[in-house]
Amino acid sequence: MSTKSDLLLDMRNIEIEGFSDERWHPIIKGVDLSLNRGEILGLIGESGAGKSTLGLAAMGFARPGCRITGGQIMFDGRDLRSLKEPEKRKLWGSRIAYVAQSAAASFNPAHRLIDQTIEANLIKGLKPAKEARDDAIELYRALQLPDPEKIGFRYPHQVSGGQLQRVMTAMAMATRPDLIIFDEPTTALDVTTQVEVLLAMRNIVEQFHTAAIYITHDLAVVAQMADRIKVLRYGEQVEEAETRRMLSDPQEAYTKSLWSVRSIQKEESTSDDYVLELEGIDAAYSRSLKVLKDVNIKVPRGRTVAVVGESGSGKSTTARVITGLLPPSTGSVRFNGQPLPAALKDRNLDQLREIQMIYQMADTAMNPRQTVAEIIGRPLEFYHNMTGRKKEARLSELLKMIELDDSFADRLPSELSGGQKQRICIARALAAEPDLIICDEVTSALDQIVQEGILNLLLNLQKEFGISYIFITHDIATVKAISDEIVIMFQGEVVEQGLKSEILSPPHPDYTQLLLSSVPEMDPDWLDNLVADR
Amino acid sequence: MSTENYSAAGEVSQVRTRRTWLHRMWIGLRKAPLTAWFGMIIILGYLICMLFAPWIAPHGEAQVFAIPYAEWSETHRLGTDQLGRDIFSRLIFGARNTVGIALLTTLLSFFIGGGLGLIAAINRSWLDQIISRVVDVLLAIPSLIFALMLLAAVETTTPTWSIIKLIIIIAVLDSTRVFRLTRAVALNVVVMDYVEAARLRGEKLGWIMRREILPNIMPPLVAEFGLRFSFVFLTIAALSFLGLGIQPPTADWGTMVRELSTFVNYLNFDLRLGLLAFIPGGAIALLTVAVNFVVDWFLHQTSGLRDEH
Amino acid sequence: MNSVLTTVIQRLALGIITLFFVSVIIFAMVSMLPGDFTQAVLGQAALEETVEAFRKELGLDQPAHIRYFQWLGGVLQGDFGTSFSGRAASGIDRSRSVAELIEPRLYNTLFLAAMTAIVAVPLALYLGITAALHRNGFFDRSISTATLVSISLPEFLVAYVFIAVFAVLWGKFPPISEIRPGATFFDRIHVSVLPALTLTLVTIAHMMRMTRAAIINLLASPYVEMARLKGVSQRDVIIKHVLPNAWAPIATVIAFNLAYLVIGVVVVETVFTYPGIGRLMVDSVSSRDMPIVQACGLIFAGTYILLNMIADIIGIVTNPRLLHPR
Repeated sequence: MSTKSDLLLDMRNIEIEGFSDERWHPIIKGVDLSLNRGEILGLIGESGAGKSTLGLAAMGFARPGCRITGGQIMFDGRDLRSLKEPEKRKLWGSRIAYVAQSAAASFNPAHRLIDQTIEANLIKGLKPAKEARDDAIELYRALQLPDPEKIGFRYPHQVSGGQLQRVMTAMAMATRPDLIIFDEPTTALDVTTQVEVLLAMRNIVEQFHTAAIYITHDLAVVAQMADRIKVLRYGEQVEEAETRRMLSDPQEAYTKSLWSVRSIQKEESTSDDYVLELEGIDAAYSRSLKVLKDVNIKVPRGRTVAVVGESGSGKSTTARVITGLLPPSTGSVRFNGQPLPAALKDRNLDQLREIQMIYQMADTAMNPRQTVAEIIGRPLEFYHNMTGRKKEARLSELLKMIELDDSFADRLPSELSGGQKQRICIARALAAEPDLIICDEVTSALDQIVQEGILNLLLNLQKEFGISYIFITHDIATVKAISDEIVIMFQGEVVEQGLKSEILSPPHPDYTQLLLSSVPEMDPDWLDNLVADR
Repeated sequence: MSTENYSAAGEVSQVRTRRTWLHRMWIGLRKAPLTAWFGMIIILGYLICMLFAPWIAPHGEAQVFAIPYAEWSETHRLGTDQLGRDIFSRLIFGARNTVGIALLTTLLSFFIGGGLGLIAAINRSWLDQIISRVVDVLLAIPSLIFALMLLAAVETTTPTWSIIKLIIIIAVLDSTRVFRLTRAVALNVVVMDYVEAARLRGEKLGWIMRREILPNIMPPLVAEFGLRFSFVFLTIAALSFLGLGIQPPTADWGTMVRELSTFVNYLNFDLRLGLLAFIPGGAIALLTVAVNFVVDWFLHQTSGLRDEH
Repeated sequence: MNSVLTTVIQRLALGIITLFFVSVIIFAMVSMLPGDFTQAVLGQAALEETVEAFRKELGLDQPAHIRYFQWLGGVLQGDFGTSFSGRAASGIDRSRSVAELIEPRLYNTLFLAAMTAIVAVPLALYLGITAALHRNGFFDRSISTATLVSISLPEFLVAYVFIAVFAVLWGKFPPISEIRPGATFFDRIHVSVLPALTLTLVTIAHMMRMTRAAIINLLASPYVEMARLKGVSQRDVIIKHVLPNAWAPIATVIAFNLAYLVIGVVVVETVFTYPGIGRLMVDSVSSRDMPIVQACGLIFAGTYILLNMIADIIGIVTNPRLLHPR
């Protein structure tokens, strides 16, 4: 297929630098990228891999604080690097368009959606206003937005996130560009919304035969969208292959590791000895805002209960009730068979010690001004009255448990990697010697390979010390990997609770069905099959 | 699967060489722009004048000589004023009085405003509500106007009391701004997970304030201290210039400008005399410029650090 | 439109409540005076009955809250009471009403403030926006340093520099701003040039820095990047995407600095002996003429509150989230 005229974009040996800490650092270190007309390239990599920077460079654009220092960017026979800004501006929005991650922030709050949708058409004089507006409405329809005739006349804050993301796709498509850069367009969305947006985007790109670069960190998502996948790491290309081949036969060790989290499989088991029992919990942040309705959850000792739900399902509120930060309005919490005081201030030292928490963002969970030794040492002093040599010995033991060593003791959090930070948080929880640890999305901010390490560590600790976990997450893959039991929550209520095997196998209640089926799988045909099924 | 050769300790992280606090400061200083260096040297000079005024000044603060309006000479380097006091000596003592009083006032203002701000940020209950509303009302009156009204209403009899009155009035009025800032930055820290973690651990309020919050709000507070100091210093100088602040015979730059300002009109006839008023005036300006340069650099430094994350 | 209206009304109500508390504070200041202040006003030789009559006139025989409402009632009708000065121990009363003293001076001050604002506001906005657009360029860096120096200068120093240069050495403008009866409009402008110039210099620096910061903040928003990537030109990015969202921050900047003018006026009027209420207030503080101090304080505070309220209301009515509720 690939004749010379088919080649739309050809980037050679691209080098980009970013400015921080008073000097320039390389972000992209000599990457090649080429794209044919109508082709979709998936650009995948972990945070900091430089995928967004490379994607924007395909437009000849560098964010403030970045600069393109080397290479050639040929777009349809013209070298974007040699073009002046006004020249490039003629291409932007007409032949190359951009779809940003945060739709809510990327729309100007002061203008109607339709005016922003057709803006590029008007300033380039491609279409008269009336025609452009009719066309925008057609695009809204094609993207399956509700009420396509009217939705454009609303303002950005009046429309939901998933709809905004589709309007942004319409905006990019308005001038029928040759190339669209999608920069993590569904990352901020819930899974059930993500499916609809993915489907709409894929259909419209196919319909107009538009080439696209699809940037994401989620392999399962890119598998649905891309013809070809390029893997980036630390600003360098790891490998590139046609989608099916990449999924079935990755070559590089790093690429293989991206798949690996799915390979952990915990044998489920249960117990009648419950460490924690929530009975009939109602909770509210204010009198009018009720967030939990009659929640009953039981956590068997030494097992993992995964609490699954989308944003607003009440899963984090449940954690706040258990920790005592938000006393419930009705219902009771029993811990080790004893009633647990509802409010934090009424709990004694032992009760506080027995329930520990690990947070999603290890960055904000550790005081940036305290060293690792101070962070882990504090619960040792506080709960166990350890001082001096005894404390040091225990500290060293704890560091060993989390697979780190004594050399980390006097580091500050800013001197640790993301995975190491999360390990320190685990050690801080372990230091208290708790019966129950609540893990609030502990892996979702981490890169895949690091996630796997953290999950394995948690499983090993459970085996060794019989700790029970409540695992709050929205990620079904993680749930499959580590849980014994699953609780599914929706709008403050428990939809289903049971053993992993029961919950994950049909028949499902409606919501569980929707949730489970919306989770993208590492199969290029998944989205097609889903459409056929629904 | 790459679990076999994966090690958590080997994960790449930006490990910086461990440096002492002093060393880090030195590295920061070396990179400081010219304006910041200029500012720091000036501030140091003023501090020396302030601490060693009696040893540097050739004559006493309020010592009166026989000849008023004396020419510039060996004994009176800048001549004498209308009462026959040595202008150069009064300038040196002015550093002690004007800067010292402004510094004291700013410290008091931070003590009051910072303390209440911290408590309000952590407590977030009726106490926060009451303090915040009172501060809203106090801030609705321009501070110089408020100070003028209070100075008129509160009567004092001795010079010492009038200085104490001045310090308290300005400090209380200024503490409202310190309160707002402290509360705002502390609120940003209070919502952090590590503060919640400390609460869940069962830590006492005092410990959380001292160990978790205070170290993390220091950089903006230090910068604010510089800014507030400049503001307080200028306010006190302005009040003294108006004849309502530091009272004679205490040597003070604002008062000196007022006393020497009449000579500005003789500039055409006697350049030295005409320019005299600009010496204490310039002394005030130079210090605020210096402080602002240093604060500007400091803010740049700390906000640069924030951008990294 | 409804939510805009409710928010505006709420803001107005808040302004009135604030003004009420401020008036209470200003009123309460008199109560802080020592008990024998009437004696001090009238002089040591005052007769018993003169003191008694004066106390009665001030209403000191009545409880505080009644006095407050009487005072407030007067203030609302433009009656700020009678000045302390011009009274004699003998009981001969040549005192004038506060309103009568303040009125011409208030006009003079407003004239000076308006003259300053007309020059300073547009100039500061222009400089601030230009600096923000050429961020970290030569113009931006030099003007940032210049304004940093300029906000550090005490107003009186700037004033004397102008006097030395423009009045004494050059002799074009009077060093003292005397407004003679029957002065023409141009006479007024002529004597007000130096004070206005001083005020311009001290306010422009603040205003320019704040404008720059506000615009830089807006330029960093993702929707501005999006507009650029749609191929919108630099000029249109500013006009169509930045400005519609800039009214609220710009209004805040202007209000803040007009309020700052109010404070600067006190010092500058004193230096130039300009017959405005700033100088009147300083003189009255020296002579402890409380009715005048209170009236001036109330006028200054009222202006300040009003300006901030207008800025907030501009912010409310230009906020698309409130204009177009869900």
